Amino acid sequence: MKIRLHVWRQESTDKKGKMESYDLDNVLPDMSFLEMMDVLNEKLTVEGKSPVAFDHDCREGVCGMCSMVINGQAHGPKATTTTCQLYMRHFKDGAEIYVEPFRSGAFPVLQDLMVDRSAFDRIIQAGGYISNHSGPKPDPNSIPIEPGVQETSLDAASCIGCGACVAACPNGSASLFTSAKISHLGMLPQGQPERYERVGAMVDQMEGEGFGSCRNYAECEAQCPKGISIAFIGRMNADYLKATLVEPVDGRGKMHAQ
Amino acid sequence: MNRITTLYSSTIGKKFIAAVTGLILFGFLVGHVAGNLKVFTGSTEAGVPHVDEYGHFLRIVGEPFLPKMAALWIARIVLLASVALHIVVVVQLAFRNLEARPVGYVRSKKSASTLAALWMMFSGSLIAFFIVFHLLHFTLGALPIGEFQHGAIYKNIYSSFQNPLISLFYVVVMGVLGFHLYHGVWSLFQTLGIDNPDRNKSLRMFAIIATIGIVVGFSLVPLSFMTGMMPEPIAYDPALLSH
Amino acid sequence: MLTLDAKLPQGPIEDMWTNHKDQLRLVGPNNRHKYKVLVIGSGLAGASSAASMGAMGYNVECFCFQDSPRRAHSIAAQGGINAAKNYRNDGDSTWRLFTDTQKGGDFRAREENVYRLAELSTSIIDQCVAQGVPFAREYGGKLANRSFGGVLVERTFYCRGETGQQLLLGAYSALEEQIAKKNVKMHTRTELLDYVIVDGNVRGIITRDMITGKLERHSADAVVLATGGYGNVYYLSTNAKGCNVTANFRAYRRGAGFANPCFTQIHPTSIPASGDYQSKLTLMSESLRNDGRIWVPRDPDEKRAPTDIPEAERYYYLEERYPRFGNLVPRDVAARNAKDVCDQGLGVGPTGYGVYLDFGSAIQEKGVDAVKSKYSNLFEMYERITDDDPTKTPMRIYPAVHYTMGGLWVDYNLMTNIPGLYAAGEANFADHGANRLGASSLMQCLADGYFVVPVTIGDYLSRQTPGEIDTTHDQFGAVEQECRDHINKLTSINGTRSSQDFHRELGKIMWEHCGISRSKESLEEGLRKIPELRDQFWSDLKLPGGASELNQSLEHAGRVVDFLDFGELMCRDALAREESCGCHLREEYQTEENEAKRNDEDFAFVSVFEYKGEGVEPELNKEPLEFNAFPLATRNYKS
Repeated sequence: MKIRLHVWRQESTDKKGKMESYDLDNVLPDMSFLEMMDVLNEKLTVEGKSPVAFDHDCREGVCGMCSMVINGQAHGPKATTTTCQLYMRHFKDGAEIYVEPFRSGAFPVLQDLMVDRSAFDRIIQAGGYISNHSGPKPDPNSIPIEPGVQETSLDAASCIGCGACVAACPNGSASLFTSAKISHLGMLPQGQPERYERVGAMVDQMEGEGFGSCRNYAECEAQCPKGISIAFIGRMNADYLKATLVEPVDGRGKMHAQ
Repeated sequence: MNRITTLYSSTIGKKFIAAVTGLILFGFLVGHVAGNLKVFTGSTEAGVPHVDEYGHFLRIVGEPFLPKMAALWIARIVLLASVALHIVVVVQLAFRNLEARPVGYVRSKKSASTLAALWMMFSGSLIAFFIVFHLLHFTLGALPIGEFQHGAIYKNIYSSFQNPLISLFYVVVMGVLGFHLYHGVWSLFQTLGIDNPDRNKSLRMFAIIATIGIVVGFSLVPLSFMTGMMPEPIAYDPALLSH
Repeated sequence: MLTLDAKLPQGPIEDMWTNHKDQLRLVGPNNRHKYKVLVIGSGLAGASSAASMGAMGYNVECFCFQDSPRRAHSIAAQGGINAAKNYRNDGDSTWRLFTDTQKGGDFRAREENVYRLAELSTSIIDQCVAQGVPFAREYGGKLANRSFGGVLVERTFYCRGETGQQLLLGAYSALEEQIAKKNVKMHTRTELLDYVIVDGNVRGIITRDMITGKLERHSADAVVLATGGYGNVYYLSTNAKGCNVTANFRAYRRGAGFANPCFTQIHPTSIPASGDYQSKLTLMSESLRNDGRIWVPRDPDEKRAPTDIPEAERYYYLEERYPRFGNLVPRDVAARNAKDVCDQGLGVGPTGYGVYLDFGSAIQEKGVDAVKSKYSNLFEMYERITDDDPTKTPMRIYPAVHYTMGGLWVDYNLMTNIPGLYAAGEANFADHGANRLGASSLMQCLADGYFVVPVTIGDYLSRQTPGEIDTTHDQFGAVEQECRDHINKLTSINGTRSSQDFHRELGKIMWEHCGISRSKESLEEGLRKIPELRDQFWSDLKLPGGASELNQSLEHAGRVVDFLDFGELMCRDALAREESCGCHLREEYQTEENEAKRNDEDFAFVSVFEYKGEGVEPELNKEPLEFNAFPLATRNYKS
């Protein structure tokens, strides 16, 4: 296969970037997209040019590290697929392929196709956990959980935190990511004590990071490599509204010293 | 008060406001289209078109507990405030969203967004313009289109919609409104968190049916007058309305 | 000569851990914040230990090379996690899990550690559920279990095929909680380069900021290595691309003993490589062997499509060779036989290194829908990668390097022989002996991280004056300079070959000479080839970019340097262990039926290698293994 790549090259966050084109004529259909990028990089290295920086790690679709927008779609044209699990057979011989980093003001480009997604970690820090110490805990079967609830919670927890939702959203919103974590914990009995505090804090953090607002395009759901449903955004909205308008506020987060 | 400011300062809160005001305006549209359809039900024995009677009813509704026009004005204020709030929060969100992606894509391809969703700002702006136009046209009679006489709704409509350009303009705008509603009506359930996978299909269906109903209902009026299917207005004594 | 004191507690094995905890010295809550503990790695072991120690009040800093602690490769574990809960009332117990693990490890692990692992297994499930890990539930809302990896009880807890992901996200959320509470400071995109040892104790590390290229000094009262395994020495493995041996190998170079480096688990069911460009291998769950039949064509020159080959011309080699277990023989036996038939020229696929895993019989018997529904994600995954539909044509599979049982030598407290330097999870050698049971790696990482290190570390710290050595100490300057020189040396070679190229070649040598089966000749040849490759590396490496900038090529080259040295150490270990055990099969030492032949007389010990300097042969130290609680037995999968 022959392909022509147009790749975003940017030296560092504060430098200006631009698209550059590369021709590859020894691409095989069974190569993964990242293996094709490896081939490009080896070629560039041997030619004494600087290889394209891109994030990747597990290469089996679960670590969430890979992060390219390929021909205008986060993780490329195939649904529920990460870039590392995308294969060159999904492209035509002679294809022109545009590769760009995830675009968001909250995800500054570090180099070429690598972006800084630490905003996601900070959203989790704001409340994406159930407070715990390590040590003896009650037996899990003492709190039965309906299998349906567990399943839906796991659907939400399947989020790999790659940021494709932000990259795909015409508004650059992180609602799908944030709502998935809020729903995962908010649906489980263990997550109830901090449920409303969590949703408030995480949404505040999400907004503080400068992500856009959700306008129900459902673009995130379509481009999410794990197919996380936007129903979780609805859930987050309901919980947020309840936390803001209904739930008592005074007690939350303000325990008295005893 | 604290809760309100918290709500207003967040994007989800702003969307909530957009959804609630949208719901109010959607309710208004349902009432409006129902009222409009009275042009097709003819006149009383005294020759007063039902639609004119209906207009009069809106002015006196609430009497004797409320003074004349009071209910109408309350409704008008609520509606105008809703429109204003709807626009303000949406514009604020739009600016925020522009900032959220300072560098755009060279190539961009949508996987799921409907045109209706992508064109919300465009359709919304057009509707905002139309609201002003429509108020000037049929409420205030301030535009040089057809004849205008306060309270003589049927006559005013008849006269304006003789002009096919005006009629077609109304029909086109109703199409745009349809786009706005199709995304907006489903969207508001999602924003309010009422949507869930079990209800999603029915809510989508509701949005489609409501949109088609409203668009067709509104469009029937200019189309029928334009094509000459409607009887000419007959002059009647305005005193007949104030019994 | 290393002093290898395992510091085993006294008393019967059932009470050892309890007694030991009672004896350990503690650091009081008021003093904990004065002690700085660095945790290297943020996978299951790293995140769980950092979070636990942070919550206790220690001043913890955690490091990972990825952009977020949530990405560590623990996330990719599919199957599940064992725990001796005995929810199924099928006779499971701590004792059974202990003996299963010992038998699985072919009696090359320290039994006290293994028993503790089994004992802690149940608390892990409790801890994870409290964090919100959504384990599979049954209709009544109770936890579900499945059986896994050839054991006779159902003790595996799971979340679909993403158990590792959910456990890691649990540990990650606990870590983020502590980061938010300022008990833990996180350093992402930061790589450990070397250690600062003062008077024999570890006192800090030198890291490289992978964004700016800046070298940084971090002083510490203790360092916990949770840096995972080194399967990537084979270039192709199921490990993530970033997994590397550098942190562990640098510790070894600074004096830590490296135990059993040659013990490598090779998983029998991975998707075969399709060409030279292949960058990693993807595992297919072993559960496929429940319904799939493994075969190769009998004729080496077979050209027909697999579905056109008549039954009589198919060689169901596992069923023929092992009638009792058939396709369900243990991992290492399945892997070895696959390599064996491929070496005979019977392999299938473009490279000739693959065997068929055929669902034809199962489909005939149960219907296509039943089979499909049972393995739907796996079939999808396979089809995504290979473009073949396993319900229409047999899958192709081949063994792949998956897990490394070897690691840094640690005592019962999980401390290496460098005081203050701990190793947890896959980075240490402790619990799996010569082979690991399925669904036990997650268990070990979390036992170490949540329950062992946070407790035992206090015993060491309580004997230290906190913050005694800071980063202005001369030794920090000296080590930092060594790191800088090392990097400059790499960037100034200016040869012609990329580090990827060298890595690929090293991988081939390792696979060929220290892979599924090893022999004296093959290992000796490996030991000749690796130094040659290393010389070429140091004279012909092409490394674009500079040292003080984001430079992924430099990161990779630095890792290859250590893989090259480490590969040699692995071969040395495999050569010295003149027996077969678990995953380590020496061709000279097998039974008549090609089974591993253990030599308990001469090799019931842990091989611990001691670094003796550049170019000097390392010294082999031995920690003898004693089997008092559960006596030695030979495994037998044939009858």
